[in-house]
Amino acid sequence: MATEQQLENFRQEVAAWLKANKPADPGFLLPQSFMEVGSEQQLDFLREWQYKLWSAGYLGMAWPSEYGGQGAEPVFQSIADKEMSRASVPIAFNVIGLGWAGPLINDVGTEEEKRKYLKGILTGEDIWCQGFSEPDHGSDLGSAQCRAVRDGDEYVINGSKIWTTMGNYAKYMILLARTNPNTDRKYDGLSFFLSPMKVPGIDPKPIRKLTGEYGFTQTYFNDARIPASCLMGEEGKGWQLAMQTLQYERGAEAGAAGGLSMVRIAFEDMIEMLQGKQRDGSEVLQDPVVRDELMQLLIEDKAISIGEKRAHIGALNNDFRMALPLSTKLRWTEHARRMRLAAVRLQGAGGSLYVQDSQAIQGGFWQRAYMQSFSATIGGGTSQVQANIVAEHVLGLPK
Amino acid sequence: MDFGKTQISFSEEQAMLLDAAQGLCADLSPIDKVRSLLEDDIGYDETAWQQMVEMGWTGLALPESVGGSDFGLGALVPLFECMGKRLLTTPLMSTVLAAECLRRTGDPAAVTSLEQIAAGAKATVAFVEADDWGSQHLTTSIEDGKLQGSKRHVADAADATIFVIPAMREGVKVLAVVRGDQIDTACRTKHDVLDATRRAQSITLDIAEADITVIASNAEKALEETQLIGALLVAAESTGAAVSCLNVTVDYLKTRKQFGKLIGSYQALKHPSVDILCAIESSKSLIYQAATELNADALSRDARIACHMAKSKASETLVFAGDRAVQFHGGMGFTYECDAQLYLRRGLWAQQAFGDPMHHRKRLAQLILDDEQV
Repeated sequence: MATEQQLENFRQEVAAWLKANKPADPGFLLPQSFMEVGSEQQLDFLREWQYKLWSAGYLGMAWPSEYGGQGAEPVFQSIADKEMSRASVPIAFNVIGLGWAGPLINDVGTEEEKRKYLKGILTGEDIWCQGFSEPDHGSDLGSAQCRAVRDGDEYVINGSKIWTTMGNYAKYMILLARTNPNTDRKYDGLSFFLSPMKVPGIDPKPIRKLTGEYGFTQTYFNDARIPASCLMGEEGKGWQLAMQTLQYERGAEAGAAGGLSMVRIAFEDMIEMLQGKQRDGSEVLQDPVVRDELMQLLIEDKAISIGEKRAHIGALNNDFRMALPLSTKLRWTEHARRMRLAAVRLQGAGGSLYVQDSQAIQGGFWQRAYMQSFSATIGGGTSQVQANIVAEHVLGLPK
Repeated sequence: MDFGKTQISFSEEQAMLLDAAQGLCADLSPIDKVRSLLEDDIGYDETAWQQMVEMGWTGLALPESVGGSDFGLGALVPLFECMGKRLLTTPLMSTVLAAECLRRTGDPAAVTSLEQIAAGAKATVAFVEADDWGSQHLTTSIEDGKLQGSKRHVADAADATIFVIPAMREGVKVLAVVRGDQIDTACRTKHDVLDATRRAQSITLDIAEADITVIASNAEKALEETQLIGALLVAAESTGAAVSCLNVTVDYLKTRKQFGKLIGSYQALKHPSVDILCAIESSKSLIYQAATELNADALSRDARIACHMAKSKASETLVFAGDRAVQFHGGMGFTYECDAQLYLRRGLWAQQAFGDPMHHRKRLAQLILDDEQV
């Protein structure tokens, strides 16, 4: 166990390194999250930054040293992550590899899979994407229809996947596909693949988002042939691996390599943006109506933060058990959306300008962030589905 | 920019109190008991009060030197949350606030009253003269040997034996400690309080200075801090009431059928119920975080931030829960017989007590945005 002193020394070391190595503004828009990488320019920049982070020893610290990590205690990585957030450095963009596929391979992969995949995830050389959702089955993963048929030492894939983050850049995909359409339980017909992306018959088509940017693809499979060795675990056991992957995705299970997956936007950033702005001839932050709204947002912000700590105090969770954990996603994402909408609304006429305009406030950061916030209120289960879950599982209301 | 802390702790003592209060309040205040007291003159059950005194609740936050148990103000939050849950009212809130106000002066002249309160005397503070909880202005004064003036919304005044009366004396705010029997029946008017579980009076004062105790030290600060602590206790009570209110509503949604379906299966009723739940969870986090920040000393900036936030959120939460409870009960909700009105009326009372949500957000904004010094 590292001593307090060692941890503090490490924190200082990371902080100093980040200060010295934080990249200068590249002069083009950087993605606010890993779901917005839409150009080669952005990709090259982020890849270089991730490689630099890893080379310096601040990424994948807790992964085994034989696969590119350092075998360090996880606390070191979380200190490094906190410092990255504090220093507002760019994201470590290969999130599906670093946060979901990597931990899964680390925990249940074969020796061969670990050797083949893990290091490339950390260095950023091998970009990963995820093929779970399908156009007709957004939240209902168990009904996935994309087919994988065994043919000799290959599988032939047909179907399509949607919301594939970085699908057009990725080298590998974690793919959930149906190997058997005739099982009693639909879940038993699913298998899990570590599939290559750059093979004939796999065609990722970029999707343009409401922000005007790219970042996702719809991925089409037309008789795409992948080696049978890409099957992870056993045929028909894919559902369990997909569920385990979601545990990493939701942060419910540890193992992520670390790094920031999105730019942190805090309440104080909004206040800072509003500082000095005018409304009705005086400072916007002195306007009583604006102040009241800001305080409502701050109260909610703090209440949700405190809730994360209160969730660990059993005696203070007896009225509605599981209310805090089951509502966290709903509350943070809806709160972020409202806060960003307020930030845009309070900008005056400047609030109507966007990223290409040199006079846009903070380069259109808040407009972009607000529109981007729907990725979280829709992705991973819409807020409305989340509210149904809370109503049924916490309040016991009927389906 | 500093928005105050998010740390939260809950001690063994608080957990034990919560447990004990949970049980006692449930025993003392089933809903038919609450209803039986609505039109009662005094509005509470004397035996309930005696049990609270025996449990030491009146002296929980008082130092041992005056007969208290020195558990700290944080211990009061679980108590009032439990009382709110059962709509149990007694003079406990008025009494502990009177004690807190006196204690915060640090004046030796307050010791006798504090000892009496720890031993079970009922007390109250006359916080406001009119309808503005945000006003610091007083017309009540001690002049030419007389305490004169009038006060409104004096909680539990009917049988309080100790009144703490803020007044001006020679341009300085002081606290006059008056005995209940020094205020004649003719000088008292009973309010018709919207929340029928509560009692309050308007009083007029005309008492010789020689017959009262005047506490001159730190009165202004003690009063201002006590008002904020009162806001937190009402927030705790409101949070408890909102929990029960939501439970009552949800029970109805699970049993009432319309168009062949349990109405709780309709998302138009489900989703606002979840909104209420989330608001309750926020309130709960904020009241217990405030409880963590409070201690016997002067209120810190963090403690003030926490109290303002808690009151603002909890008041809105209970009104929201009560308002929707009435609506979601349909025609039943429109009747006096339906319990939804009890919670709604509690909410309408509580949102005003010790300052409404906008009052607290206004004060909060001064602390946060103007970096106002405490």
